[in-house]
Formats: sequence, C-alpha cells, structure tokens
Amino acid sequence: MHAEKEILFRDSASKALLDPQLRANFRRAMDGLITKRRNQFPDPRDLQDLRDLSTAIRSRSLLSLPELLEQFEANCTKNGIQVHWAETCEQANELILGIMQAKGAKTLVKGKSMVSEEMHLNAFLESKGIEALESDLGEYIIQLDGETPSHIIMPAIHKNKDQIARQFSQKIKDAKYTEDVDELTAMARKVLREKFLHADAGLSGVNFAVAETGTLCLVENEGNGRMSTHVPPLHIAVMGLEKVVARLEDVAPLYAILTRSATGQAVSTYFNLISGPRGTDEKDGPREVHLVILDNGRSRMYADPQLRATLRCIRCGACMNHCPVYTRIGGHAYEAIYPGPIGKILTPQMEGVGVRHDLIHGSSLCGACSEVCPVEIPIPEILVRLRREATHEDVGSNVLGRGTGRTAAEDWAWRIWAGVLKRPALYRVASWFATRFGKALPAGAPLIKNWTRTRTKPVPARRSLSERMRAEGGSHD
Amino acid sequence: MTDARTAILGRLRAAGGSGPLPDLDTAVLERRQWPAAERVERLRKGMEAVHTEFLEATPATWPVVVRAFCDREGLKNLLFGPTCEAGADLAKGWAPGGTQLMPYDRPVEAFKDELFTGVDAGFTSTVGGIAETGGLLLMPGSAEPRLMSLVPPIHIALLRASTIQDTFWSAVKALGWGRSLPPNALLISGPSKTADIEQTLAYGVHGPKRLIVVLVQDLA
Repeated sequence: MHAEKEILFRDSASKALLDPQLRANFRRAMDGLITKRRNQFPDPRDLQDLRDLSTAIRSRSLLSLPELLEQFEANCTKNGIQVHWAETCEQANELILGIMQAKGAKTLVKGKSMVSEEMHLNAFLESKGIEALESDLGEYIIQLDGETPSHIIMPAIHKNKDQIARQFSQKIKDAKYTEDVDELTAMARKVLREKFLHADAGLSGVNFAVAETGTLCLVENEGNGRMSTHVPPLHIAVMGLEKVVARLEDVAPLYAILTRSATGQAVSTYFNLISGPRGTDEKDGPREVHLVILDNGRSRMYADPQLRATLRCIRCGACMNHCPVYTRIGGHAYEAIYPGPIGKILTPQMEGVGVRHDLIHGSSLCGACSEVCPVEIPIPEILVRLRREATHEDVGSNVLGRGTGRTAAEDWAWRIWAGVLKRPALYRVASWFATRFGKALPAGAPLIKNWTRTRTKPVPARRSLSERMRAEGGSHD
Repeated sequence: MTDARTAILGRLRAAGGSGPLPDLDTAVLERRQWPAAERVERLRKGMEAVHTEFLEATPATWPVVVRAFCDREGLKNLLFGPTCEAGADLAKGWAPGGTQLMPYDRPVEAFKDELFTGVDAGFTSTVGGIAETGGLLLMPGSAEPRLMSLVPPIHIALLRASTIQDTFWSAVKALGWGRSLPPNALLISGPSKTADIEQTLAYGVHGPKRLIVVLVQDLA
C-alpha cells in the first residue's frame, strides 16, 4: 500500500536503535522465544525430518496449486461456505463490505489475520461506517493506540506491561491503573465479551485450507478465534491463495512445526476445523460462512520458480525471532505489514522492489532465518535475487518494479569498474595507484562513507597479488 | 468475482508446476507410538503443563465424579447436551438440589445473554485425545453445541482413556476426518490463555478459565 513513496529502512532502523526501552523489550522477548523453541526440538534428527516433511508438503501443495484451489472451492461450496476471489486488496475489501451490507451488519469482531492487515481492512470498514474491533489481546492493545503489529505472531511485543497498564487506565472505561497481568487480561475479557455477544459479524484468517474436505483450519490460544467465528451470525474468513494443502493429514506435521517454531509450544490451546455454517439441526454457530481468497501479487511470485518458495511460508515468525537485525530494531522499523526476514522478501514482491529497495539491503545475509525456517525457505538467496532484480530488468522476470532501484551513481560506478577490468593496462595502473595511495583516501570519501560510518576503513595491501606473484617468480598458470 | 477467479487460476495454471512431486516421508510421525497406558500418562502430563485439571473416574462412577466436583465448587448450574449419550447418562442419576443441570436444547439466540453471564460451567464429551502433545478432540454438533465448551468459565470434558490416539496425525486417520468432517471439529489442550502482555502467561482471556478433564479409566 506504499504506492509511490520511497520508504528508507535505514532511517527508521537508525531511529529504533536509539530507543533503549524498545531494544530491551525485544531483546527479552526474542531471547525467551529462542530458548522455548530450542527446548521443543531436543532431537536434531526429529527436527530435520519434520522440516523435510513440512517442506515437501508445502512444495507439493504449490505444485498442484490451481487444481487444489478448485477442489477446495468445490468442497467448501458443497459444505455451504460461499467462496469469493479477489485479485487485489481493494477488491477484497469491497467484497467484505458487500457481504456485510447485504446482511445489514454494522459491527465486526476480528480474530487475528495478517491478510486483513495486508488489506488495511479496519481503516476501510471504518471509513464506511462499520466498527471493526480486534479481539486478539495483542491486536486489541495496539488497536487502542492506533498502531500496527510489530510481529506477526505477537503483535504487541514491543510494549511492556507498564505501558499497557497506562494505556488501559486511560482508554478503557472505568478501568483502574494496575500492572497485574491477570487484572489487565480480565479488563480486556470484560470489554471483548460484550462485543462478541452483540457483534453482527466475525472475521478470521486461515492457517491452513484443506482441499479434500473444504475445511478452514485456525490455530489460536485465546479462544477469540472461536468467539469470532462461532458467536456472530455471520463469519467471514480471508486467506492468501497459497494456504491450501491437499489432505487433512498433511496439516498435522505443519501444525506441529508451526506452534513449536512460533512460540515454543508443543500445541496451541485451540485448533479449529471449520467446514461450514450452522447445520439445519444445530443450535449455534454462524448462519453464513464466507471465504475471500486473495491474490495480491501471490500469483506473480508463483510464476517464478525461485521466488515461488516464498509461498511456502506458514507464518510462524521464527525467522524474526532469530534475526539479529529484527531483534535490535523491532517490527515497526520495517514500516511494512510483514516485518523481519520473511517481510524483506514478501513486501518487495508485493509492493515492488523499487519502492522497497532500501529494505532488501537491510540484511547481513547471515542465514539465521533460513536455518530456523520450518519449511526451509532460502531467504538470503531470494534477497540476493531481489537485490539484482531491483537494479536489472532481466528478460523473463516478472518481479514488480524490477530495474527501478538503479541509481545513476551506482550505474556509473559499475561502468567504470567494468571498463577498468576489461582493459589490462588500465587495471594495472589503477591497482598501482590503489595500493600506493589507497591508504590516504579519507574515511569520509563519497563512495566509502556509508561503509566507514560503522566500520573500520579497509586498507589496500601494499602490493597487489599480481605484483607479488611476479616478484616471487610465480606464474598465472 | 468470477473474473478474478478466472484470471487468478489462469495465471497459476500458465505458470505450471515444475519438477516431480517431492516424496512424503512420514517416518517422523510413524515412530511416535506408545503403549495404551503410556498414552494416558503423556496426555495427562502435556495437559497439566498448561493448567488442565484431571479427575479420575471409572465407566460406572464418572457421573458421580462430575456431580461431586460441581457441588464442591459450588456451581449453580451446568450446561449439557441432553440428547447426546454422555449427557443422557449424566442426567439419569442427577439428584435435585445443589448444582442445577441446564439443558442446551434451544437455539443460542433464545438465551445468548444468559449463556454469557449466567452459566457457571459446560459439560461435553470428546471423541478422543492426543498423547504426544496432550489434547482433547471434540466434534460439536446438534447434540453438543459449539459454545458449550467455549463460553462458560469452566469446561468439564469427559475423556475415555481407550480413545486416546498417539498423535494428531494418527487421530485424523483413525477417526476418518479426511473423508468427511462436520461443520465444526476441534482440538483443545487447556484453558484459554494469552502471553500478549510482556510474555506473561494469563489464563481465561476469552474462553474458559478452567478445563477439567474427567478421565475414565476404561483400558482392559
């Protein structure tokens, strides 16, 4: 949704680094999550086998994606779920508005859904006079402050309990100031139960969509997902088109590795399997269930054999928890719906590599993300690929905004470099000057100042390798 | 949005699959097998770790165990499904006085406010359990509505030891869930919880604050 404006990750990251409270909040949280995940995988062989199986399941699903989507749609329809398709976020928003208006629905309670964040659904519905209330506690906390999630699993992880205590006492009616977590939770329960009771509609995301049964799987701990999908008379689910898997038994290993990778839990409190609206003889449950399947650039990623791996993601957030960059700056610095390593490859592909050129360079390529990814997405390799796409218009590639990140200065620098390398005599002269006078180059010189701002200036050797080889009687053969 | 559907599927199809389908090696799931008695212990350990409480019972005594718990806790009522087998068995021996049995026998719209504010506990049966991680498998429906295990602050669930499966994967296969599923089925491992405030665990954020498993020891 950042259509034209260039967002500079280095500026927001620098700002975040200067906030000691934010750094402390993230450091504590991420250290805890890393330890909890490690404890869930005591046997390295088991972990690798489970990763291999999960990767194979996701890869198989993607290979048959159009067929599985059709089978899934047919089974959903058979079960009474009304399926809608949207190419863009704008289309998806309009679809949801239409579904709500057709039922005269004015209030919506939401379970956690990153796709709805991608769509900026709350702001859209509110502009149409519909109240959209987040019911996941973390989402509710940040909604009270008008913020966006800073983590895809734990949206309010950037806040500590003192900040939340102050916020609740100011923004919840009749709330007293307390830093007791149980009391704060009870306050939210009271407010949100009232909302569940009276809401006209509920919205949820989808963790896994099962083609063979037409089932929407929902992973959660709080029960707000169940409340949102079972109490109001209307349930609307939204999902990215990549979520589908062939069989219900495929879901079991994915679920096992999802909860362990995300929060270090062997299992979540609730795992919901929703396969239709209230049956004719049922006494509760929604009267109607609608599902919106969103593309928003996913079919473009799908078309590229290397970038397709992005769609294997099961949104566990482990890459964020283990990323040395994310851990120090938190999620908001990315100014993107999906932060962290997965966001660095997902966001530029959704919004264009030109717009988010700075973001794809905000990584040390250390590989921690791919090492922990439960479905083995090669994030560093895709980042390198996107860096190239940002500055080249390669034939055959369909990456959005390819070539638009190229700058005149960089272009000239590479041309000069290529020109020198292609001419041996010129190369010898240039390397003679570099070895003799490179040391005298000031650290603040234009081409190297960004590097030397946080690092020691590199000093060229006193003699080039060729010179040394000649002097020592070596040969190029 | 037929146009969107056609366009999206057309693009996906044009991209095509590349390469052979990778093999699925499920050995990592298959090696998770335990004797029946150990399954019970594993389930119990996993669920107790997330604050689930257990009551021991036999096939003959479980209604008495449920009643004793309700009286001990001073519950004013217990919501149950009168037409399901477990509900009927529970009602059969329920003497008047103390905790009142409250049948869920009408559409929720007829008593939504009362359900949210005036019910102390809900009683459900289960269709199985998961040993590996600890959890209960429920299939709500017309006899046992969905909200019984969600809205009241206490959920009492009846679990027969003989129905405990090794893993969620083996349970899906054993129960035939891949062939057909009712509108709602679920796995529950404990009371509702959150760690959204400074990673501190708090129970009962939206759903039940307590989950009580009445474990019926029916292994041969």
